Amino acid sequence: MANEVILLDFWPSMFGMRTRIALREKGVEFEYREEDLRNKSPLLLQMNPVHKKIPVLIHNGKSVNESIIQVQYIDEVWSHKNPLLPSDPYLKAQARFWADFIDKKMDDAQRKVWATKGEEQEAGKKEFIEILKTLETELGDKPYFAGDDFGYVDIALIGYYTWFPAYEKYGNFSIESECPKLIAWAKKCLERETVAKSLPDPEKVIGFVSELRKRFGLE
Amino acid sequence: MASQPILLDYWPSIFGMRARVALREKGVEFEYKVGDLTNKSPLLLQSNPIHKKIPVLIHNGKPVCESLNVVHYVDEAWPDKNPFFPSDPYGRAHARFWDDFVDKKFSEAQFKIWGKKGEEQEEGKKEFIEAVKILESELGDKPYFGGDGFGYVDISLIPFYSWFPAYERFGNFSIEAESPKLIAWAKMCMEKESVSKSLPDSEKIVAYAAEFRKNSLGSE
Repeated sequence: MANEVILLDFWPSMFGMRTRIALREKGVEFEYREEDLRNKSPLLLQMNPVHKKIPVLIHNGKSVNESIIQVQYIDEVWSHKNPLLPSDPYLKAQARFWADFIDKKMDDAQRKVWATKGEEQEAGKKEFIEILKTLETELGDKPYFAGDDFGYVDIALIGYYTWFPAYEKYGNFSIESECPKLIAWAKKCLERETVAKSLPDPEKVIGFVSELRKRFGLE
Repeated sequence: MASQPILLDYWPSIFGMRARVALREKGVEFEYKVGDLTNKSPLLLQSNPIHKKIPVLIHNGKPVCESLNVVHYVDEAWPDKNPFFPSDPYGRAHARFWDDFVDKKFSEAQFKIWGKKGEEQEEGKKEFIEAVKILESELGDKPYFGGDGFGYVDISLIPFYSWFPAYERFGNFSIEAESPKLIAWAKMCMEKESVSKSLPDSEKIVAYAAEFRKNSLGSE
């Protein structure tokens, strides 16, 4: 049976970027469909009735939801190429732990950096830098989080990199001066075609964030 | 030679219960170390320096943290008995999705019921009942969330059952009236020794929650 893969997505979403990268890492042809989040398609609402969110991966008519679950699914279905997770149970548990850390901590903290001001923003910046420093420590001197091979944790994190210039602009700080190793890691990830093709231009992301800030009354 | 795994845990913790159930399902003998969360042990702080939380499973000297991660790990480290997941990727993704739902929706809502009062508590009750109905619909007529076999989603959800009397007492409502199928599922899970041995007595949890409410809210 032919593999029909559709991805319902929204171009600036760091979560959507994870799934795009995973599919490309496996060489999977897929149809990318842009969603208007203020006017969600009937297909989106049908395929993700519980959360009504992107990304939604539709494989041969069946939906898989939540980006980190999609990455694991893609790894298991197209298991013959570029494994994204280690096979050893302990190393796999380590990878899951760090992806979970990113999921639990990054989203709220990064939002405070661009979507708030004053004291709340300063607190958000501090928290955000702490999280990045923790990740940088975990990376250590390894080229990628799991070691020599690009994988699960790299995929979970790299999407946020396209938002870094927006954080720096609205938070008025330099991420590279705080976390040079993490920036070096990100630049290395961007050298992979699968990543470069899946991440939008950071300038476009700044424009998008600027629009949101106007809508929230921050500009 | 590998020594017994150690589980750092805290008796009323739903997250700890998941790890206990998982280990018992696999027939793994483990050393159970109950902690005092107001005075965390050096072993806990060393094993989980990032979150400093239980449960932590220490296997062959190496720590695994976060309850659902522990359950995944236990399934993979002891693969020969009672698999927690179906073998097909779609079935696995489906189980992970429902597990994520339990953690995102159910877990937050239940805390508002026993840990808060007034409007926040009412909001929690509403969210909890919504989540329960969605879960009941997902369960359908299957004996377990995993189908015929007790599995990942059952393991992640059943610990909350030990807290149901506390939710009902402090939230002043009946969960069985809202969701009889879910209660029937829970009673069936409780017939499994791995579950009944891993969940504490609900009366003890009611008392624990009452203490918490007195200390943090000023009254029960």
